[in-house]
Amino acid sequence: MRENFTENRKKVLMAMSGGVDSSVAAALLKEQGHDLIGVTLGLCCGTKAAESGCCSLNAARDAKKIAGQLGFLHYTVNFREDFQRLVIDDFINEYRQGRTPNPCIRCNQLIKFDLLLRKAKELGAGFVATGHYARIVPGHESRVTSRVRDPRPETRRLLKGKDAKKDQSYVLYRLTQEQLAHIMFPLGELTKDKVREKAEELKLPVAEKPESQEICFVEDDDYGRFIRKQAPELVRPGDIVDINGKVVGKHEGIAFYTIGQRKGLGHHRGEPKYVVGIDPARNAVIIGDDKDLLKNELVAGDVTFIAGDWPAAPLDITAKIRYNASEAPATLYPDGRVVFREPRRAVTPGQSVVFYQGEEVIGGGIIS
Amino acid sequence: MPDERIYLDYAATTPVDGRVRAAMGPYHSEKFGNPSSLHSFGQETRAALEKAREQVAALIGALPGEIVFTSGGTEADNFALEGIAFANENKGNHIITSAVEHHAVLHCCEFLKKRGCEITVLPVDGSGLVSPEAVAGALTPRTVLVSIMHANNEIGTIEPVAEIAEAIKSRVAGRESRVYFHTDAVQTAGHIPVNVNDLGVDLLAISAHKLYGPKGVGCLYVRKGTRLAPLLHGGAQENNRRASTENVPGIVGFGAAAELARSEMAEESKKLLPLRDKLMNGLLTRIPDVRLNGHPARRLPNNVNVSVKYIEGESMLLNLDLLGIAASSGSACTSGSLDPSHVLMAIGLPHEIAHGSLRFTLGQQTTEAEIDYVLEKLPPVIEKLRAMSPLYPGGKK
Repeated sequence: MRENFTENRKKVLMAMSGGVDSSVAAALLKEQGHDLIGVTLGLCCGTKAAESGCCSLNAARDAKKIAGQLGFLHYTVNFREDFQRLVIDDFINEYRQGRTPNPCIRCNQLIKFDLLLRKAKELGAGFVATGHYARIVPGHESRVTSRVRDPRPETRRLLKGKDAKKDQSYVLYRLTQEQLAHIMFPLGELTKDKVREKAEELKLPVAEKPESQEICFVEDDDYGRFIRKQAPELVRPGDIVDINGKVVGKHEGIAFYTIGQRKGLGHHRGEPKYVVGIDPARNAVIIGDDKDLLKNELVAGDVTFIAGDWPAAPLDITAKIRYNASEAPATLYPDGRVVFREPRRAVTPGQSVVFYQGEEVIGGGIIS
Repeated sequence: MPDERIYLDYAATTPVDGRVRAAMGPYHSEKFGNPSSLHSFGQETRAALEKAREQVAALIGALPGEIVFTSGGTEADNFALEGIAFANENKGNHIITSAVEHHAVLHCCEFLKKRGCEITVLPVDGSGLVSPEAVAGALTPRTVLVSIMHANNEIGTIEPVAEIAEAIKSRVAGRESRVYFHTDAVQTAGHIPVNVNDLGVDLLAISAHKLYGPKGVGCLYVRKGTRLAPLLHGGAQENNRRASTENVPGIVGFGAAAELARSEMAEESKKLLPLRDKLMNGLLTRIPDVRLNGHPARRLPNNVNVSVKYIEGESMLLNLDLLGIAASSGSACTSGSLDPSHVLMAIGLPHEIAHGSLRFTLGQQTTEAEIDYVLEKLPPVIEKLRAMSPLYPGGKK
């Protein structure tokens, strides 16, 4: 028994925001007997947004308090330059090209996991743990029948969090097998209510950090203001055209528009108008009616699969086209086309489409 | 957390000496009177306060009346700069300082600049030294203050303060209004001899917790006749220089620590020098691509600062901490500031080398066995990190 215990005892780098989720995740790992090293990421400190964001000084202070309470060391690690280069610069560049990026996906892939796993290695820890609501299971655990192919026992599978309302698997679809082998999601099997209960039981702070879809480095969720300040060259007026190409108005820069948007289009007679397309080559915003927003299919680029390789044949999946969108039945073709059974509204280039089969994340890509 | 811990960050702070704690003991609950009260309760703390003033004055060759107790080194620096700037506005508005000063001085200069002061920040040479000739050359008829630190907190270089005072004196000889000279002696007081008259300074800042005294207390030495505006208003304490009820236990502790330092400093230096050199030489010989930062000879007896090429100080520090070794980075690696150290940049280190810096500062409890332990543990850590570094030739791409 004793030997077993030491064998299972792992050195884990615990990513902490000071909030209830990562604090409870840390407490659970500690209870399981693991050696923890707490870290809070320094990403975009110096901006006002950083005062409340997940990488703020308050976050580091709260996390240090929790680590002290649970009895392990905690550090703030500096990824500011990497975050600027890999996440913020890309965010601006995507808007420049008329797309609507999801920086959280890149941050999870390139910062939270790539860089943290490297940091873990530097510190002699075999694992990185976070408070994400998602599950990693060994391939042979046949909780889910994968229709991709027979899973090899050594591959790992990514499942949604047990708590459907809190599931965060959407932002994790780009994780690789190599990464999944060294990641722990201690909250994957829990509901948010259970997590709160646990926090109360352990006298950990239960106060929720303001939870929203806001982008941590964009103040007040005003990405327009952010872009004006960070990339003033994107303020580049152009034409608003209808779906037949007729000029119907002026816009102040394609970066300030996204598919499905109604604001900022001026007044038009008849039915309400929406952005239905962005044409970076003509620096034009294309508007149309609500029905023009409906699309039967999309093409996913830069596709990755959790299992590593592409399925050989068309695959029945459910697809999620935005963090907050619900999944919709579709067929995924080997050329990256996703054909929906029912049309979807506001399919937005730059956002990620994530492929599911039941509880399992199969993979995903960037909408072209 | 490792069971055995080694503390090599004495420049950040020192433990309170047991004898200092004993001296402070009665001044929390037993002798608690307000020193400004006329009754016996006040009189006993007043006496303790004045004794501490004498003890601190004796450490730096000052008169007791020239010591103004503050909340620490930062306040003392702010007090010197703002106090001189505000009290001498009619004489001039120019301040000269150096690029390697503590932020308590540099940030204060930035604050004063926004309020109309002219600031000259002098460069330093590759070992961190300020040139006395450059100070003299920067003086203008509008100069009211020169502020150059006694020794640098990061790289340990001891500045030629007496020579700077001399250079100022000969340059402004015959001038009507004075140029005041302030030095931040937070790293030197209690560790190497500090005498305000030998140094030729008008103002000098000390912090108690750097010399085995308590945190939250320090002083500014103010030479008699100095025109200095107070920072705090609302009472006649500290000879009208600083309003606020005195931190009696802290000040008593500061006094006791100053007295102990005065009698034990020579002995401590004698003990620390060979340990410092052992660590310094050990790191330089055992690890390839390492450089010593700061002056090799004009250096604090407890400071070792090295840059380790190809890796980040942060990773080394975290690894050392997990091994129970407490050091610090050349960069001010507090959670608040992640920029590379302004001191290392000022001595001309490129950004990436400044990022790979480590500071060890030794003290009272440091033993040879601890130095040996560091010399045994650090090289493999560096080897491991370099193997993972994309910057290291032969490391991982």
